[in-house]
Amino acid sequence: MSNFVQLIWLIPILPLAGFLIIGLGRNHLSKQTSGLIGSTVILASFVVSVIIFLQVLHGQVFNPHYFNFISVDKFNIGFEFKIDQLSSFFLLIITGVGFLIHVYSTSYMHEEPAKNFAKYFSYLNLFVFSMLLLVMGGNYVIMFIGWEGVGLCSYLLIGYWFKNNDYTNAANKAFIMNRIGDVGFLLAVFWLMARIGTVNFDQVFTAANLAKLSTTDITGITMLFFLGATGKSAQIPLYTWLPDAMAGPTPVSALIHAATMVTAGIYMIARSNILYTMAPLTQSVIAIIGLATAILAATIALKQNDIKKVLAYSTVSQLGYMFLGLGVGAYTGAVFHVMTHAFFKALLFLGAGSVIHAMSGEQDMRNMGGLKKNMPITHITFLLGCLAIAGMPPFSGFFSKDEILAEAFAKNNLLWIVGVIGATLTAYYMFRLYAMTFLGKFRGTDAQAHHLHESPSAITIPLIILAILSVIGGWVGIPEVFVHGGHRLGDFLTPVFAQSAAIATAHPISHNTELMIMCVSVLISLIALIFAWKKFGNPDSYRDDKASEKETAIGNILQNKWYVDEIYNAVVLKPLHSISLFFNNIIEKKVIDGFVNGVGKAVNYGSRQMRWLQSGQVGAYVLWMVLGMLTLFIIQLFL
Amino acid sequence: MDIKYYITLSLTLFTIGIIGVLIRRNAIIVFMCIELMLNSVNLLMVAFSKMHAASGIVKSLPTYASDAQIFVFFIMVVAAAEVSVGLAIIVMLYRNTHSIDVNFLNRLKN
Amino acid sequence: MGTYITFPELLLWLPLLGGIACFFMKDAKPVKAWSLIISLITLLVSVGSLLYADNSKYPTYNSVNYIWLKYLGNSFYLGLDGMGRILTFLIALGFPIIFLATYKNNYKSPSAFYGLMLLAQAGMMGVFISMDALLFYFFWELALIPVYFLCSRWGGERRIPATFKFFVYTFVGSLLMLVGIIYIYLHTNQRSFEDGTISAHSFALSSFYNASLSASDQNWLFWLFFAAFAVKMPVFPFHTWQPDTYDQAPTSVTMVLSGLMVKMGLFGVIRWLIPILPLATIKFTNIVMVLSIAGIIYASFLAMVQDNLKRLVAYSSIAHIGLMCAAIFAMNTLSVQGVMLQMFNHGINIIGLWIVIDIIEKQTGVKHISKLKGIANKAPVLTIMLLVIALANIALPLTNGFVGEFMMFGGLFSFNSWYAVAASLSIILAAVYTLRMIRNVFYGETNSLTENIKDISFNQQFVLGFIVLLIFILGVYPQPVIDLTKSAVTSLLKI
Repeated sequence: MSNFVQLIWLIPILPLAGFLIIGLGRNHLSKQTSGLIGSTVILASFVVSVIIFLQVLHGQVFNPHYFNFISVDKFNIGFEFKIDQLSSFFLLIITGVGFLIHVYSTSYMHEEPAKNFAKYFSYLNLFVFSMLLLVMGGNYVIMFIGWEGVGLCSYLLIGYWFKNNDYTNAANKAFIMNRIGDVGFLLAVFWLMARIGTVNFDQVFTAANLAKLSTTDITGITMLFFLGATGKSAQIPLYTWLPDAMAGPTPVSALIHAATMVTAGIYMIARSNILYTMAPLTQSVIAIIGLATAILAATIALKQNDIKKVLAYSTVSQLGYMFLGLGVGAYTGAVFHVMTHAFFKALLFLGAGSVIHAMSGEQDMRNMGGLKKNMPITHITFLLGCLAIAGMPPFSGFFSKDEILAEAFAKNNLLWIVGVIGATLTAYYMFRLYAMTFLGKFRGTDAQAHHLHESPSAITIPLIILAILSVIGGWVGIPEVFVHGGHRLGDFLTPVFAQSAAIATAHPISHNTELMIMCVSVLISLIALIFAWKKFGNPDSYRDDKASEKETAIGNILQNKWYVDEIYNAVVLKPLHSISLFFNNIIEKKVIDGFVNGVGKAVNYGSRQMRWLQSGQVGAYVLWMVLGMLTLFIIQLFL
Repeated sequence: MDIKYYITLSLTLFTIGIIGVLIRRNAIIVFMCIELMLNSVNLLMVAFSKMHAASGIVKSLPTYASDAQIFVFFIMVVAAAEVSVGLAIIVMLYRNTHSIDVNFLNRLKN
Repeated sequence: MGTYITFPELLLWLPLLGGIACFFMKDAKPVKAWSLIISLITLLVSVGSLLYADNSKYPTYNSVNYIWLKYLGNSFYLGLDGMGRILTFLIALGFPIIFLATYKNNYKSPSAFYGLMLLAQAGMMGVFISMDALLFYFFWELALIPVYFLCSRWGGERRIPATFKFFVYTFVGSLLMLVGIIYIYLHTNQRSFEDGTISAHSFALSSFYNASLSASDQNWLFWLFFAAFAVKMPVFPFHTWQPDTYDQAPTSVTMVLSGLMVKMGLFGVIRWLIPILPLATIKFTNIVMVLSIAGIIYASFLAMVQDNLKRLVAYSSIAHIGLMCAAIFAMNTLSVQGVMLQMFNHGINIIGLWIVIDIIEKQTGVKHISKLKGIANKAPVLTIMLLVIALANIALPLTNGFVGEFMMFGGLFSFNSWYAVAASLSIILAAVYTLRMIRNVFYGETNSLTENIKDISFNQQFVLGFIVLLIFILGVYPQPVIDLTKSAVTSLLKI
């Protein structure tokens, strides 16, 4: 069995090799070759992941240690991995979905010149490498390497079309917002180091070490880690970068900003679950922030017209649900939702990409409509994705979302009520999106209408696979209510969360209650779904004349995203800039330099005055000399 | 003879020298005044040397009486050398500027 | 006293004699080649000194002690320890890189230029290897004076006021230190030499460590020394010479100044300040910390609004050095080890940044962010190199900057968490100004200045590629450097 350990390092190395080969050879490789290399390494990585996963399924856990990364005194950070149930599960999602998106990209990006095409694939491979490092890392530092690495790749890929200033701005925004979170993460790591003296997961989570942490420590550490998670996983207050990140190519949005990177925060908290279970205060904060984000983003999504923006806000909102799950202690539920969300959100993004491709780059839904007949495969798969995200049984989203909501109900009814409202909004805006895009009649230009076509198979096959997964993916976690022992995923992940389960106080709810709350949420969502379908699907209901559209006050606020960007700008950016200018123009130039130059000027002035003594007349010098001598005599003799 | 006469003479010579340097503009006169000052100090030195020898303060040394006298000879030799150099400079100055007015010689200032 | 020549001697004499020899050459080409060869040989020697790093195995290779001014208690004592080894290696590595990267630049009177450069190298080498206070002071000035001439003669149009500022700042600092050295010297014990001479006092480092200084003496001596080192580093508020000088000095001199010479200040604090004046260090730690951290944040803010690329890098460097200074005074193994590593990393990275800026300035004639645009369209290789170096500069993981900063922050946090929190603000600000610079200069459409820019030439590619490689190697496997400086750190922390 130990032979399989030898394979583990291949998982991240393969994408890294792909990155290096494509990156260094970008001037020489044809598009086919770079696409092929890029996809193959991910596929190989996926195969290895599957092999490892099967071992883990049999109860094997791997902790390979490669070399000492930083070793000072007694403090030691190894370059080490930890492959257990949680990480092997994430490996499958990352490499699996990653591979599909690579395949999709070969077709989606085919209009790019070969050089840029290679650049794109090298970045994509680098991203997968970083993400794998994040998930496989056996201590917080290795995790942090991946953590910042994915942020970097996200930056590079958002700014992929770097000639456009808005895009590069969005890239900068993403990186900086992530960095704010990263600082939180780092400080939490330092805090752990200062108190425990190790960052290795297995060592940190031992009872002896946990006992060294006071309540303040644990709350502080978990809060800081959570700050890191809000940056990476786009939660309040650091969520605004994600909608802007849609500037990147659509497959990137699907891979990074929907399926994998943004779930890093959830992975990290699930990995540190014991810390969070020990910090109830942080848990409450997480639950509230998660829920608030879910609702806020959902309301914004109601009024967006850019197809990718809607999906972006829906991602933020779904991530909010996952954090709600983490906050109420439903770690399994959150991880479960990560998986189903990866499937259906990747599907939706790729479907949107297919639509955008067909519309020659058009992203405004007001110019779409009626694409049902031109793009049958995209349409069907997209519909399945919408049903999954709306939480309709038996699609995958239903199981994961309801697991989180049921646990929220058990913790606090209010959380559940707000959660259901959010789910309703989700169903509404998703079907508004669906209806505006695929139903009704076409509202674009004639040129676009002419160009409409179903996408090639490199695009549709990933769509179909993801659609199938979106439908059946939830069946690994069927609640006890329906099938006894149906929650295979929960059983699989039990060892990871065992420590938390031991100290958490469970509030089991009866099967009847569970059934009842399920029915309520599904019914309400269904009503919203049908309402949206009717409202936006009717060809006549949508007015072509956009200018005459009158928005209500609240609609205006929603369309402008609650003015959060503007508020940040006024509250954070402007003052920062003013401070910088103040420092530069007043303190630096006037005060410090003023002082230094003042000293210089004083010396200069003094010397100019002294110069008059140097008249150049020998007689004057002698006079001074004699006067000096006389003074000395006087001092000597009389004083 | 009492030492104070020597001191008075030396001081007078020295003062004449200083005043000469201060008020005369002819380089040769200034130069002569400097020599005068130098020699007034020489005179003082010889006088003190003689005084100390007579009072017997430094009798323990074998050369007590001649130390300062010899020193003064040295000074006179050096002064002679200095005079020759100084006069040479003045001659050169005159050749270059056709003047030996020291107030005119302030080139270093600029 | 070795019968054969030792590493420290070689490291000192090679650039010193090589530099003097430069003055006797006439043409540009042989001078360039000569100085490059000398610097490469020095690098080889330095690599050799790393291979023979084990002082217990090769005691005779690494130190040399000639009696010099024995009545003053002074000797010509050079020695290499872990810290000296890594810093001399940085110097030895920095110069060939600088010479190579600016190989195509032409200077008026090249022989003097390269001669002075090599003399500066010799001076810095001397600073890092001297084990005697008088010698240390001598080399400290020897390193400063050639740079003064280099700036004032070959600099930009505002070079005279800038150099004047630089000179006054550093010279005032040096003189204060000299006063301090003499005062401590007068309080050292007597020293007996092998030939029986006994001097009343001693300049030897070890005697300085054992000097009997009262607590009140230490208090004011601390500030004398600290002034000299703080100016050199520079620490807020002694820093204003730096942006001006970096801006006005010729780029290769700027590289020397920012990449190599600022390490003299940090080195001085570690070897000549803390161990000699431990009581005062403990007393003033908090003041120094507050100054350094205020400087970090202050400089980061300033970097955000700079339009001049060179000034931007200068302020970013001030912020990084401030962090190192704070980490030294945190005085725990992790932070000081981090400083050792980061001194090296910072040198490499910032030299890389200057090389890129030099390339841009040479090709377009401007160094202002607002005037440049879209360079990535025309020079992708340059952009990638810059991206890596800039990201290393803001401490992205798997680059060398991360390891150093991680250790320093970690050490700082365990010293005082609030200081670390305040300093960590700079992590964010660093990202802000670096990305802003990258976006404005490299991204977007090209403009009239940048549309004809050519990608980098082979020697530049080689140099930058080498730097990038070093960045990754030290970012992934920094342990050898940590091990190298381990003994120096433990001996420092024993005090």
